Amino acid sequence: MSIAELAPVSSRPAWLALDKLGVLIALIAAAGAALPFALFRANRIVPGDTVALAQALPGSLAMALALSLLAGFAVALLRFPALTKLLVGFVVLGVLFVLMGQSAAFLTPPDDTFARVAPGAGFWLLAFAFALLVTDALTRLRLAPLWRLAILAAVLAAMALLLWSGGWNQLSLLKEYANRAPAFWAEARAHLVLAFGSVAIATVVGVPLGILCYKVRPLRAGVLNVLNIVQTIPSIALFGLLIAPLAWIAANVPGASAIGISGIGTAPALVALFAYSLLPIVSNTVVGLNNVSPAAIDAARGMGMTVWQRLVAVELPLGFPVILTGIRIVLVQNIGLTTIAALIGGGGFGVFVFQGIGQTAMDLVLLGAVPTVVLAFVAAVVLDAMVEMTSREGKRP
Amino acid sequence: MIEIDDITKTYNGQAVVDQVTLTIQPHTICVVVGTSGSGKTTLMRMINKLVEPTSGSVRIDGEDIAGLPAYELRRRMGYVIQGHGLFPHRSVGQNIATVPKLLGWTKAKTRDRVDELMTLFQLDPAEFRDRLPHELSGGQQQRVGVARALAAKPNILLMDEPYGALDPVIRAKAQEDLLNIQRQFGTTIVLVTHDMEEAIHLGHTIAVMDQGKLLQAASPAEIIGKPATPFVAELIGTSERPFRLLSLFKVADHIEPGEAEGKPIEASASLRDAYAELLWSGRPDLPVQRDGQVVGRVTLDALARLAARPQ
Repeated sequence: MSIAELAPVSSRPAWLALDKLGVLIALIAAAGAALPFALFRANRIVPGDTVALAQALPGSLAMALALSLLAGFAVALLRFPALTKLLVGFVVLGVLFVLMGQSAAFLTPPDDTFARVAPGAGFWLLAFAFALLVTDALTRLRLAPLWRLAILAAVLAAMALLLWSGGWNQLSLLKEYANRAPAFWAEARAHLVLAFGSVAIATVVGVPLGILCYKVRPLRAGVLNVLNIVQTIPSIALFGLLIAPLAWIAANVPGASAIGISGIGTAPALVALFAYSLLPIVSNTVVGLNNVSPAAIDAARGMGMTVWQRLVAVELPLGFPVILTGIRIVLVQNIGLTTIAALIGGGGFGVFVFQGIGQTAMDLVLLGAVPTVVLAFVAAVVLDAMVEMTSREGKRP
Repeated sequence: MIEIDDITKTYNGQAVVDQVTLTIQPHTICVVVGTSGSGKTTLMRMINKLVEPTSGSVRIDGEDIAGLPAYELRRRMGYVIQGHGLFPHRSVGQNIATVPKLLGWTKAKTRDRVDELMTLFQLDPAEFRDRLPHELSGGQQQRVGVARALAAKPNILLMDEPYGALDPVIRAKAQEDLLNIQRQFGTTIVLVTHDMEEAIHLGHTIAVMDQGKLLQAASPAEIIGKPATPFVAELIGTSERPFRLLSLFKVADHIEPGEAEGKPIEASASLRDAYAELLWSGRPDLPVQRDGQVVGRVTLDALARLAARPQ
């Protein structure tokens, strides 16, 4: 076959061709449309009945959803410009989320406070498919960090608006929330304190430790090996292992229990999360400083900077993006890991997850899991943008 | 004056610099030439204590540097390295202001000095001061590197293969700039290179090193005419010798009275350029002009005599 035969017909528009990732997205979306859109249960713990998309909404709204899904399906499948894909993806997601709330209101019998309507597998798959479309389009657009932050802010604002307007109030997730609003915010605070607190302490300890390992070469292998071993301890085991020593400290060191140290609760959770955070921060600090251009360091020495001046004026600023990447890794990791802290009484969103598992109430599990995922996602996007902004200057040494 | 006295540096028992003694006169350019691994860079780095000698001493204006804190000594000397070594996260102005800032100069004084140097190196301060190094061309980066080294008006400038990364045209320009600056400020310059052409062009003194030993330290004419060892002769390039010798002299110093035909040559050109022009145009002599006026001629015969081995 000659090349001429393989070449596309010139009269065909550019968008009229299959997009590789789009095929996958379309397949997921098709599966999502076929699977049940919602789950209806007479109360929160009985197994529910599945409700197909066509039955989950009043006729006109079901039609509107079907049409927008079809449009999204076509845009995902074909080679439309990334910006078109992004906008259509957001519109479909918006329609999907708003109509999920409508579906709950539609399916819940009036005055029935026990009935629960939850999003079904179909909804989650559809949401996943179009979220994939949006993230793929965002990657292709290569937006500047500030633009990405602006889009994140807009998405968060839209979600807040949806929740504030009461559009989702009939959904099981929000009903669980309504029953536990004070506890939810208390655990949210505990979660944030544990995740951000452990990263903050690990940064304060880990960056100087990394600098020390960088300056004192013989120390490096030893410290990194110890931290590597800590990293391999399963998280549940580490939480458990810390109970005994901390309980001993609380009992035997005067004043220890007065500042909140005890075998269970926040202290062991914080210590375990801190231990997990150290390796990425220390090793990224070492790598970041090691990557600083040798010419810049030689110039700094040759011009008469002291060790300290060189560190502050040259090595740390140039190694900063890599150090920040380490902090980003542990922040996202710890936001997820903090859920396990609930097992040893550390609090956080994990409380709902474990309560939910105990009661086989999936809605309660989601009440813990969804905010955790959102939090981790927001942290990842914000810190990625920060890393990119700081590494922009001086990209080429 | 820099006096290097019987200096040795060994790494794991291996002498990288082996009992070198070298005196560098004030207000001159000394070029240290050698192949890679000859110890030339190590020798230079012992002058600003980036390398501590195993034995021997370095005195600057009579003062032994062993007793001085390294950072204080280095702030008194300019330092230029290959690939410029500019701080990639700092603007051109901040880079040049590095040593003045370390020395605690006032903001106004530093700023004036930065502007002065940028103007000297043909970089418009208003346009370039706030740019980052990666926004400059290679030649501009190199100029900023030299400007940064000169910021605190050092008496001594150390340069390690400063033009290694430049293309020939920009390199020639940079070399002219350096010669002008040296003449203007009388800075004592120690420059390390592997390029004999560069050494002959720039150096008042050339120090040839091989395997840690200083083979010969002498004027370019002497290095070319009386190489101390076969290695020095080889480094010059035996077939290049007459032309290298001619490159040391200016047309201006060898003008003869008389008329000549054809396109004139500038009096500021080197005899080598004149010789090449004579051969290429097939003429026996060339008119010489200065400021647009023909002032005499140079002849092929005279140049051929000058290119012969000095007796």
